[in-house]
Amino acid sequence: MKKSVFFGAMTVASLAAGVAAAGTLDDVKARGKLNCGVTTGLVGFAAPDANGEWQGFDVGVCRAIAAAVLGDPKAVEFVPTTGKTRFTALASGEIDVLARNTTWTFSRDVDLKFEFAGVNYYDGQGFMVPKALGVSSAKELDGATVCIQTGTTTELNLADFFRTNNISYEPVPIETNAEAQPLYLEGACDVYTTDASGLAATRAAFENPGDHVVLPEIISKEPLGPLVRHGDNEWGDVVRWTLNALIAAEEVGITSANIAELGAAAGNNPEINRILGTEGTLGEMLGLSADWAKNAIMAGGNYAEIFEKNIGENTPIGLSRGLNAQWTDGGLLYVPPFR
Amino acid sequence: MTTLSDPPKGGFRVSMLINDTRYRSYTFQFIALIALIAAFAYLGSNLIANLKAAGLNISYRFLGEPAGYDINQRLIEYTSQSTHMRAAVVGMLNTLLVAVVACFFATVIGVIVGVLRLSNNWLVNKLMGVYVEIFRNVPVLIWILIIMAVFVAVLPQPREFRGDDATASMVFGSFAFTGRGFYFPKPVFGPGSLFVVLTFAASLVGIWGYRRYAKQQLFDHGRMVSTLWPSIGLFFVPVIAMFFIMGQPITLDYPALKGFNFQGGIYARNSFIALTFALSIYTAAFIAENVRAGILAISTGQTEAAASLGLRPGRIMNLVILPQALRVIIPPLISQYLNITKNSSLAIAVGYMDVTGTLGGITLNQTGRAIETVLLLMAFYLVISLSISAVMNVYNNSVKLKER
Amino acid sequence: MSKTNTKPIAFVRDAMLAEQTPPVLASGPLAWVKRNLFDGVFNSILTLVAIYFVYLIVSGAFPWFYNGVWSTNSLAECREILQGKTGGCFSVLTERWPQLLFGFKYPSEEYWRPTVAFFALFFAAAPVLFNKLPRKMLIITAIFPLVAFWLIWGGSLIVPVMVALGLIVGYVVFTKLEYQSFAMGLIGGILATVIFWSFMGYVTEPLSDVLALEPVPSRDMGGFMLNFILGVVCVSLSLPLGIMLALGRQSDMLIIKWICVVFIEFIRGVPLITLLFVANVVLGYFLPPGSNFDLILRVIIMITMFSAAYIAEVVRGGLAALPKGQAEAAGSLGLDYAQSMRLIILPQALKISIPGIVNVAVGLFKDTVLVSVISMFDLVGMIRGPILASTEWNGVYWELWLAAVLFFFPICYGISQYSQWLERQLATGHR
Repeated sequence: MKKSVFFGAMTVASLAAGVAAAGTLDDVKARGKLNCGVTTGLVGFAAPDANGEWQGFDVGVCRAIAAAVLGDPKAVEFVPTTGKTRFTALASGEIDVLARNTTWTFSRDVDLKFEFAGVNYYDGQGFMVPKALGVSSAKELDGATVCIQTGTTTELNLADFFRTNNISYEPVPIETNAEAQPLYLEGACDVYTTDASGLAATRAAFENPGDHVVLPEIISKEPLGPLVRHGDNEWGDVVRWTLNALIAAEEVGITSANIAELGAAAGNNPEINRILGTEGTLGEMLGLSADWAKNAIMAGGNYAEIFEKNIGENTPIGLSRGLNAQWTDGGLLYVPPFR
Repeated sequence: MTTLSDPPKGGFRVSMLINDTRYRSYTFQFIALIALIAAFAYLGSNLIANLKAAGLNISYRFLGEPAGYDINQRLIEYTSQSTHMRAAVVGMLNTLLVAVVACFFATVIGVIVGVLRLSNNWLVNKLMGVYVEIFRNVPVLIWILIIMAVFVAVLPQPREFRGDDATASMVFGSFAFTGRGFYFPKPVFGPGSLFVVLTFAASLVGIWGYRRYAKQQLFDHGRMVSTLWPSIGLFFVPVIAMFFIMGQPITLDYPALKGFNFQGGIYARNSFIALTFALSIYTAAFIAENVRAGILAISTGQTEAAASLGLRPGRIMNLVILPQALRVIIPPLISQYLNITKNSSLAIAVGYMDVTGTLGGITLNQTGRAIETVLLLMAFYLVISLSISAVMNVYNNSVKLKER
Repeated sequence: MSKTNTKPIAFVRDAMLAEQTPPVLASGPLAWVKRNLFDGVFNSILTLVAIYFVYLIVSGAFPWFYNGVWSTNSLAECREILQGKTGGCFSVLTERWPQLLFGFKYPSEEYWRPTVAFFALFFAAAPVLFNKLPRKMLIITAIFPLVAFWLIWGGSLIVPVMVALGLIVGYVVFTKLEYQSFAMGLIGGILATVIFWSFMGYVTEPLSDVLALEPVPSRDMGGFMLNFILGVVCVSLSLPLGIMLALGRQSDMLIIKWICVVFIEFIRGVPLITLLFVANVVLGYFLPPGSNFDLILRVIIMITMFSAAYIAEVVRGGLAALPKGQAEAAGSLGLDYAQSMRLIILPQALKISIPGIVNVAVGLFKDTVLVSVISMFDLVGMIRGPILASTEWNGVYWELWLAAVLFFFPICYGISQYSQWLERQLATGHR
């Protein structure tokens, strides 16, 4: 009996799928929901809170894209992915955009045929050790047992780092951040290594964060950003420019507090006007409504606001802007002009 | 209603394809074949379309490229510069290692428990029943995770062995049981140790020959020749004598705490032990039931007949019951071995680097070649399974009751 | 004491000896203890070891249960209350109970729906499991899947009703055409059902608010509920598929036989986890471009195929156990293949294979926890992911894993006891 019910469900599903159009943008509009791939849980970047609502820095990007395309920041279906499933999920069309602190690398861009829409966080791989171990540099880790998350660039970096420094180590591969925590806390590994931001987030979730230190060495460059499938340039543009709009908003001073006022009528700053759609037809060029960027910024604020709310210095994770400051403040955030 | 009567003589009509039993099966087979080809064509065209849309292709060239990652437990030489293929082989060997060790322990535990379940000691009987039921009725993945959690949470970590106020210490100064795994002394074979090993092998052959001789004496002449003590003597004396003659060439390398970890000795990682142990005790519960059922399947008449011949209970078991029970026990036992091999793929849950962890895990992640790696992975398990099935078929044929 | 014996004979006792209690060691509890626990040296040693073992477990577990804390909000608070005493922190179970049961995304105000469906399952399953219950209860069984689907996934009641109507239409067509031939009836019935459904698509669309429950996407299913749904759905789906595979394997049509053999041996030869990888990372490539199957649906497809292969082997055993005479007798009565299978062979073969099928079902239900490996939040996934990783409950292993064991054990144990009971019921006249 069950069979027929599901057969029915399947026919319905495949019929619904049948109407899907060629472009991801049209798909998302037709569906009325954005499928956004995130981690299975990394506090500060993407994790469900006690009510099952997804919160975090990457989640903020997803919501901004949903707001830009659909006008509703809540119209997002969050698909938790592991290191293993994320690329297939994106390639097979299960998700429209992957915002899962994924490092932009040559082979992912070229060989796996993905398109990175930009960088929302400049990161680097670091090491965390218990303070009691008395280690002050990664070079002292000869013979240590190291917990690594598999399926990430970190395990390749790690192999390279220890090989170039000619020291030995014992890797303990772990599937998710959640599984790594108990192993590290109980001492089954001496060191936990992942992106420095991830280390900070993980450390923040500990009972006594003060007992653990992040070593000064950053052994890799990890530009993290949202990515989409290769070849669908319209959709890639939407994601890229939504991210850029968030960053540009900070640069030109649009915040969630003043956006209603600035967006009501054209002001005397033409760049703000173009971003908010009170001047020019940027939204139309993207295939979106004129107030796309306004919606995106209203979803969670500009880049700085999303940063401060989820991972900034006043949160338990406590990351400083560092490289992720605007270029005017000595950081790396530098978006092309909106015109 | 169709009938099975003989078809009328005469020419061939199209309706006979559906109504005539002679041709109908061809019709069905033809339809099935067409459906199969259509299904494959449909899936294949989808695959091609999807791959084209994603700009990907199917290629196994990645197997020859450097893997770039390290594997903690490797039975053959492997560095991060080795190829993905070699990483896959390292994983395969790890799978086989865990499967073989778990099969061994599962059999030992299973047979003991199965026999104890039939014991007339009430308490032992019930305890074994509880063990079997609890382990059989909870998923093996949960057992693997529980045992791993025990390792991580309960056993002392190497840092607790350190310093003067160490809270943990090594057993006999040579075994260390830590949350990261067990460390054992490792025999180091110095020059001359070859003779000791050869002597050992020779004494094993000697024991086998002596037992054969004793059996022959028993069967041909009815003389009972004691086998226990001579066997023990043959086992130990020549080897120990040779060991000292050659000037103690085999020494033990004891594990010692150096830096972050114990160094030296044999290191059995926590993931390996948790996986092996969980698979063993889980499967042992099933094997125990098979053993019990096998013994119970031998009718009590056999026991009574043996007893009336004057055999002692131990000999009844060895000479009468077990040889017959094995015929019943071994086929399900082999399929349990098959299950162990397949369940060993759960290694991924505790980070043991078996083939699912290397080829189906890190290689898949790093290269993004999902279809290729999963196909290879399935092919590997299929080969193992089919070989075990083949062994089982050979055995079944060889023990089949020869009815005359 | 008979009256006829007037003169007592000297050596015959005429008064009964008073009854004496048997020696202490021959009956009563002590004798039982001696016979069952201390019968010989080896047995005594075994008993002592066993007693020591039980003592170890009880002495370890008792204070842990006795001092258990049930009502705090984090492990730290538990430790504060316990002050270093041994004791379980069971508050993780009370605080995360809904998450363990339903996952973290199922809307909390809708928890009653899966609960009702769960209890309804017992009524639906009872007439199938126990022959003695009135046959009319089978109606509940027939309705249950539709109601359960409506309860758990929500949406309008019209959809399941239309599915049911479509099936009824198909069945009517089938009975009308069956007298021509079974195959005709089957094809006609399926066609009628599909046509009915495709037309009803236009009806259900405007009526989607009638008797509608809040729809819950399958992605939001989690916790033990997910294990249960997967187990029940996949076993029910794989039964017909498994029977068909078994019949195909027995068939003398070579092509069909080889298709079935290859399928069965292939599925049985690979671990379930690789099939789940297929569902997770490969299957997407084989589906039509642009289609988007839910992960849960893909997993259901793969697990169903997996268990169908195992059920096929069990059913094949049942078929093989039937004497050939049954098929020959059916043939000599003039029954064709479909009729003889439906009326003679399958009812008997299935009856023999029920215990085996139940064992496969238990195994499958246990295997549903493997979906946690592919990042689905079933019971094990919930424990390993969101709960153990949360700041409050970092490090609460024993309580959570004990709960996981207690979720699975009663159900699996109950079903396997049922299977053994059934086996005894079915074992007629072989003694």
